[in-house]
Amino acid sequence: MAVVFDRPKALLDVSTHYCPGCTHGIIHRLVAEVIDELGIIDKTIGVAPVGCSVLAYNYFACDMFEAAHGRAPACATGIKRTNPDKVVFTYQGDGDLASIGTAEIVHAANRGENITTIFVNNCIYGMTGGQMAPTTLIGQVTETSPYGRDAKSTGYPIRIAEMLSTLEGATYIARVSVDTVPNVMKAKQAIKKAFQIQLEGKGFALVEVLSICPTNWGLSPLEAMDWLRANMIPYYSLGVKKDKTEEVK
Amino acid sequence: MGEKVLMKGNEAIGEAAIRANCKGFFGYPITPQTEVSAYMAKKMPKIDRVFLQAESEVAAINMVYGAAGTGVRCMTSSSSPGISLKAEGVSYIAGAELPCVIIDIVRGGPGLGSIQPAQSDYHQVTKGLGHGDYNMPVFAPASIQEMVDLIMDAFDVADEYRNPVMVMGDGMLGQMMEPVEFKERELKEPVKPWAANGLAGRAEHNVINSLYLSPEALELHNIHLQKKFKAMKENLVRYELFNCDDDCDLIFVAYGTTARICKSVISYAAKDGIKLGLVRPISLWPFPVEAFDKTIAKTKHGYLSVEMSCGQMVDDVRAVVMGKKPVEFYGRSGGMIPEPMDIYDKVKEIMGGVK
Repeated sequence: MAVVFDRPKALLDVSTHYCPGCTHGIIHRLVAEVIDELGIIDKTIGVAPVGCSVLAYNYFACDMFEAAHGRAPACATGIKRTNPDKVVFTYQGDGDLASIGTAEIVHAANRGENITTIFVNNCIYGMTGGQMAPTTLIGQVTETSPYGRDAKSTGYPIRIAEMLSTLEGATYIARVSVDTVPNVMKAKQAIKKAFQIQLEGKGFALVEVLSICPTNWGLSPLEAMDWLRANMIPYYSLGVKKDKTEEVK
Repeated sequence: MGEKVLMKGNEAIGEAAIRANCKGFFGYPITPQTEVSAYMAKKMPKIDRVFLQAESEVAAINMVYGAAGTGVRCMTSSSSPGISLKAEGVSYIAGAELPCVIIDIVRGGPGLGSIQPAQSDYHQVTKGLGHGDYNMPVFAPASIQEMVDLIMDAFDVADEYRNPVMVMGDGMLGQMMEPVEFKERELKEPVKPWAANGLAGRAEHNVINSLYLSPEALELHNIHLQKKFKAMKENLVRYELFNCDDDCDLIFVAYGTTARICKSVISYAAKDGIKLGLVRPISLWPFPVEAFDKTIAKTKHGYLSVEMSCGQMVDDVRAVVMGKKPVEFYGRSGGMIPEPMDIYDKVKEIMGGVK
């Protein structure tokens, strides 16, 4: 019988710890498919964050690092600078990248580090049990914003893709979603482009992926997808925010 | 044999690292060690190696984590407040068993403190720096020549034990100039099959990690680490005994610049017929216990720990001497350097008002 669907070689044949309905699985798969399609598994080094995807090093088949909280872009910088012929990516959540690791991501982008960052934004701290993140939407209820996020005391949800797009050093910044099949396909194209830019030595690329957290949002996976469409996409607009490779054409 | 050149301490640090095949240097400007970065910025690109000024001390040590994890020799350098910031990263590096060299050119504290020389990082660096059960060898040179030799040793030690190694000097050693010779030596750089530098056909992926979610697994990891620290304690002890061959009225315990000052006091005192010795720890961790075993019977009035701090190493001296002989302390802080005659006055006070 012909095999029409299989596990990408860049993913190990192991069970993940992700909650039912979590979109990390889709995003892992997209990254792995891109690694397979580009034929780069032998020279790819991934950096996992602290957060829900902390154990990503157990799932990707390439060489992996587990970095300190928020420090993945600095770790990746050290790897890439001393191993410029390797392909280096970070995989980070919104607590890791948009809160404790803002300095590292801003300066990695600004230096135009030739690395690829997959930034998974689900508006919440998942692993610690659903606390407010910098990306949590106004009014959103979390463990640490039990009356809904109030801008007066906690400020506003941070739009990382737009913010990093203002930096000269950033080459490619896009925001995608994995809520529908067409959006999953678009997400894959963006991730592939972000890796190709690195392979061509063109600098820093980041793909922000809107993701769901059914467990900590207190919703079923289907309801969570609806919530993402109704609340996240209007605030975190999808699309390419910056593409220097297009500008020069 | 290399030739002797006159070099500023901080520049000699950079040159020693280059000669030890340091492939990546990640730093952040902080007085009084900024010249290390400036030297590396000038030299490293010309030999196709990496110099990068990080956005923070935190980023610099995490860049070291990344580079070290791929198996290349790398280093970062800072001064006291910056070392505090690096503590997190050093803990991860020790947990993930990565070799690297860290330089601390100590300045006065606490807080922003001063930019003048001090030895008040002793506690934070010798007790591991950062969270968790780990140790880090700390070497404390007393001259620029010794600093250069110890840095080259530090890279070998780091590789041998897969552990961060620190070379700590006070601000004086970083700023002063002395003749130095870079001796030709064989690099003991091992093959690193654990490095996460791309599969390149390897069947299993390598993972650089310090996370062990199962308590049983983490305890086993800690037991493994403790075996390494035990081996380090047995193999890395270094010290100098000066003027301790015969019985002494009193023995100084001092390292780095203060050890040099104590040697001056020893010669003044000799003219007055007072016999003083010196235990100079070179490895601050592991602390040279045997130097005390060898000298404790010889000293009449015990030991005097002389430090550019408010009394930090003296705790280790007391722990080793265990009340068998008196242990006294003399120190200056805030960037003040002990005057030989003030130390000598303290000696005379201990000896019971010798005039």
